[in-house]
Amino acid sequence: MSVTQEQVRHIANLARIEMSEEETERLLPELNKILGWVEQLGEVDTDGVEPLTAVIDQQLRFRDDEVTDGDIRDKVLENAPDAQHGFFAVPKVIE
Amino acid sequence: MSDYVIKGQTGDWEVVIGLEIHAQVTSNAKLFSGAATAFGAEPNTQVSLVDAAMPGMLPVPNRECIRQAVRTGMAIDAQINRFSRFDRKNYFYADLPQGYQISQLYHPIVGEGEITVLVDEKDENSAKTIGVERIHLEQDAGKLMHDQHPTMSYVDLNRCGVALMEIVSKPDMRSPAEAGAYIRKLRSILRYVGSCDGNMEEGSMRADVNVSVRRPGEEFGTRTETKNVNSVRFVQQVIEYEAKRQVAAIEAGEEVVQETRLFNPDKGVTKPLRSKEDAHDYRYFPDPDLLPVELEDEFLAECRASLPELPDAKRKRYEDLGISVYNAAVLTAEVENARWFDRLLDAGADAVAASNWANSVLPGLLNAKEVAFDDPRNTPEVSAEILAMVDKGEISKGQAKEVFEYYLDSGDSPAKIVEDKGLKQTSDTGAIEAKVDEVLAANADKVQQYKDGKQALFGFFVGQTMKAMQGKANPQVVNQILRAKLDE
Repeated sequence: MSVTQEQVRHIANLARIEMSEEETERLLPELNKILGWVEQLGEVDTDGVEPLTAVIDQQLRFRDDEVTDGDIRDKVLENAPDAQHGFFAVPKVIE
Repeated sequence: MSDYVIKGQTGDWEVVIGLEIHAQVTSNAKLFSGAATAFGAEPNTQVSLVDAAMPGMLPVPNRECIRQAVRTGMAIDAQINRFSRFDRKNYFYADLPQGYQISQLYHPIVGEGEITVLVDEKDENSAKTIGVERIHLEQDAGKLMHDQHPTMSYVDLNRCGVALMEIVSKPDMRSPAEAGAYIRKLRSILRYVGSCDGNMEEGSMRADVNVSVRRPGEEFGTRTETKNVNSVRFVQQVIEYEAKRQVAAIEAGEEVVQETRLFNPDKGVTKPLRSKEDAHDYRYFPDPDLLPVELEDEFLAECRASLPELPDAKRKRYEDLGISVYNAAVLTAEVENARWFDRLLDAGADAVAASNWANSVLPGLLNAKEVAFDDPRNTPEVSAEILAMVDKGEISKGQAKEVFEYYLDSGDSPAKIVEDKGLKQTSDTGAIEAKVDEVLAANADKVQQYKDGKQALFGFFVGQTMKAMQGKANPQVVNQILRAKLDE
């Protein structure tokens, strides 16, 4: 399996990463090498092996349905480039 | 089954409908954080660092949200998956700080189930079973406001991370009426179970409406998906509009494009959503922050044991008590009404009389006095007391209404009102018989006319007797005594 230059540009766009033409050209062989390496895993015979969901034998932990957090608006907004009237303020996004 | 067709220029078309209902899970805290979920709070006050997707924050699932999804699945006889998992659905939008929504694509918590609806609630033969494909849990996004500032959008993350159940139907509906019946029934079930408050105005239930058209019996056509429709009426408008639009397009030789659309309630039309080129490339993958959800026997047993009597079972029970199909359907649709009515029955009221009272009499009385159904004064016990007096012949049905009105005004007990107002009608045959004798003696001429065949005079004698009794005689007893005396 390998990716094309076009796919690299598409993925970069989906991930909102701006890339120059040189960068995508440089990345193309790197990505293909990684994919080739991962593909080697397919050579292992995994018939009858349970899928591994976590590397440690542990069960999902749940929380109780209690309000234990929130009411920290100043903290939440602290790193925002812009905040107004208690809202995050972002450049207008409307369809 | 459904006779809803779109009349095209080239013949009849059938519409095929599937619904994805997003129902907000009733919980105190969010799906993966300890922030509150209450509606209407100040912006961004119910946001934890997890919801704001600060680096290093980890989601921990809320057991109650899992439980409510399982109970909902059980209520529609669905397969409950002991193993399910959360996946990341990746996309960028200003209302989604994580850059992905945690959802369940590959292993949803609930599998196939079904919901039986009455398309016409007066008609038991209009029942139709609609398949449910799956229910999965996912996070809600934040809220965007575009009208507060000329160049900025404001973001409130209070809703961000609130648990939603996405309930996906099979494409089993064939008319706007069936879709409406399905949503109403689903809402009713959710409210019985207590897993969603069903409040469509506050956005607790929203629908994505999938519509396609085809010639009856042929393969499915290409469908469109209209997102975020928030009332039954709008869902029905979307279906009607989309079906007609698609038929017109096909008949004009165009193809229906598989796309996402938005509904404009003011104009009653749907429009394609722009920027769809990226829309369906979500790059789902299992969320590495979350282990799979594995459900234990004990947990499942508690979920099942905690389910209340559900609408269908309750309706059947009411019908078995002699209540009409229509009354049973109306009484069981809203869980509050049904529980109120159960208490009325528990208080000893006759089922059929109580169903007529609750459906046909009480709403009018409450409306006239502008008293809400859930007003603390409107107890089932008071209604039971009044109905018992009617049942014993102490007051007439007309007087029952009066007593209830006096009760709302004064708060006095029905027994006291009947006593104070002198409303109590008597079934004392001795007293009535004495008055009947007086009336007949005073009107000997009319008695003769009656016996000569002027049957219409019977009403006159009833009236005279009631007058003599000051309206407090039981009319049935009066009738019986008059008949006996006149026809002997």
